[in-house]
Amino acid sequence: MTDYKSISLSGRKKDVSERDMTFMEKLYLPAIMKGMGITLRHFFRPKATIQYPEQKREFSPVFRGRHILMRDENGAERCTACGLCALSCPAEAITMTSAEREKGEENLYREEKYASTYEINMLRCIFCGLCEEACPKEAIFLTQDMAPADYRREGFIYGKEKLVMKIEDPKK
Amino acid sequence: MSLTLILFLFLSFAAVFCGLMTVFSRNPIHSVLYLIGCFFAIAGHYLLLNAQFLAVVHIIVYAGAIMVLFLFTIMLMNLNEETEQHKPALARMGAVISAGLLMFVLLAIFKKVDDMAVPGFQNSTLGTIENLGKVLMNEYLFPFEFASVLLLTAMIGAVLLAKKDSPKTVNQ
Amino acid sequence: MDILFILEKSVIILVVFAITMLIALYSTFGERVFAAYFQDRLGPNRAGPLGLLQPLADGVKMFTKEDFIPDTPNKFLFIFGPFMFMTTALISSSVIPWGDKLVIMGRTIQLQAADINVAILFVFGVVSIGVYGIMIGGWASNNKFSLLGAVRASSQMISYEVAMGLSIIAVLMVSETLSLRGIVEKQHGFIDWTAIKIGNTYLPWFSWYVFKQPLAFLIFLICAFAETNRTPFDLPECESELVGGYHTEYSSMKLGFYLFAEYINMFISSALIALLFFGGFNYPGMDWVSNNIGVNAATLLGVGAMFAKTLFGIFFYMWVRWTVARFRYDQLMNLGWKILIPLAIVNIVVTGAVVLFTTN
Repeated sequence: MTDYKSISLSGRKKDVSERDMTFMEKLYLPAIMKGMGITLRHFFRPKATIQYPEQKREFSPVFRGRHILMRDENGAERCTACGLCALSCPAEAITMTSAEREKGEENLYREEKYASTYEINMLRCIFCGLCEEACPKEAIFLTQDMAPADYRREGFIYGKEKLVMKIEDPKK
Repeated sequence: MSLTLILFLFLSFAAVFCGLMTVFSRNPIHSVLYLIGCFFAIAGHYLLLNAQFLAVVHIIVYAGAIMVLFLFTIMLMNLNEETEQHKPALARMGAVISAGLLMFVLLAIFKKVDDMAVPGFQNSTLGTIENLGKVLMNEYLFPFEFASVLLLTAMIGAVLLAKKDSPKTVNQ
Repeated sequence: MDILFILEKSVIILVVFAITMLIALYSTFGERVFAAYFQDRLGPNRAGPLGLLQPLADGVKMFTKEDFIPDTPNKFLFIFGPFMFMTTALISSSVIPWGDKLVIMGRTIQLQAADINVAILFVFGVVSIGVYGIMIGGWASNNKFSLLGAVRASSQMISYEVAMGLSIIAVLMVSETLSLRGIVEKQHGFIDWTAIKIGNTYLPWFSWYVFKQPLAFLIFLICAFAETNRTPFDLPECESELVGGYHTEYSSMKLGFYLFAEYINMFISSALIALLFFGGFNYPGMDWVSNNIGVNAATLLGVGAMFAKTLFGIFFYMWVRWTVARFRYDQLMNLGWKILIPLAIVNIVVTGAVVLFTTN
């Protein structure tokens, strides 16, 4: 049975003693020299800084950034305004209104129903990715980009003009 | 007018002006600052007399050390015009009489001195530290040692005064 | 007094002033870059190539900030404080010999604004006046944190001045002169072949005083840190207790003056350490250069050596800043009064004995 005082969960426990310092310790200078050696070693170390606009840190493959509303291979929007993303959203950041597809809009919207407005409040969004999982049409995805800063709150409410994938944008 | 005379007149004016302002300033902090200015003017006079060492030591000791302590005390006591105490008439009379006596003594001294010319005025090496050291260690050795013993005694006295009472007399 | 002499001195004064300002300016930049490097960062590198225009950007920022004067009964003293601190910081550079002599067209030019024979005392006098800048500024701010910071700063500076002066005395006993140029010339070259005399044989030893007076050097170094209010003795402005210390109420260029004067003080004290203990403008092999290449070349190399030593001193200040933690105030006072002053006195006594026994 060990004394409870000697238990160390981290394995790095150090006993604190109140013994008097030796003369060399009281001089402080050897300790200061040692410390200065450590700082000098850091002086010549490779630097951890990433110079942001030029260099970028690689995100992890599962990074969840700002949303994108996908188009299909013909360039028609996939979203059918079913509202499952809004329902699944724990932060209640998504709102939309649905509309019926008119004649002659088949190349714009994939199915008969589509979202006439689709807004995500980026100040509410917690980037959990539940909308992505809930979507039955594989329409909404979270990309690797960050949501940029803005000066006004209105700027953070992203409408379709910011969310829908650009037609000329070939990548996923 | 020679440069020396102009300097002398300027320094004398500064010294007398600062001295008067020291007495007449209502704010004690201003008094102290004028006194420091006065010390600088007097150090300038020493320089004119080729006593460089004396001038510098004057600044270090009086302006640099003693007046800082004065300033300390006055700042921490937060004295100003409103809290100025009015001395009783007897103390004022005493001050006037003693100042008058001092002036009387000074006048007597100046009357006795025939030759007001200071010997070191033309000799630029008279006030150097080498000459000062030689004079102090040869001609004036006894007064020098006497003064140092006096200072030592004063220092020991100050240490004794500042020391806390031993636990024997005061029960902690 | 001929006109060339005045011209020569004016040029030297202007150059010294410009260099002092320039080095202090880039010390502020260097502080940030070195701080970053010691912490595995890069530091400011955006303004201009390698960030070299950063001090200018800082200056523009300082000048365009609102110049705020608090509600204080002493507006004049409030303005006078930083002015005085800056002036005293700059004055002491006048007696520092930056190099030996140049010979140009038969004229011998001493690279020093004024060679006075009590130079070292002059520096001490100016330093002791520097306290007033802090005290007046702190008191006139009409703020208790400023006053506390000012009191701390000045009591710290007065206390360490004593130990500093005592540590210098041992050096002066060896050098036998108070002139800074004289002290540097006593440390000629790097190795003194006739340093130690035993009987009729001479033993070589380093001529720089850091090797002859290591204890005095250590005490002087510690005191210099305390005098310039640098870490580990930066108690006057410790942010955790005193907001900003004596310059809490200052803004704009008046704050800039206080901060800038601190860097000038750093530069001057580094220069003093270089002069007193590292041989100033002396460097190994200076006689060879002087004899084989020319006096002017030797002098210019000496100026380079002097500045290299000084700049290393500034680097050392920054190096220590990011290594050693701040002392507590009672520790500071104990170190000053109970350790450094007795050590300095012991050093004086030992030096006196050694000088007495070796010079006969």
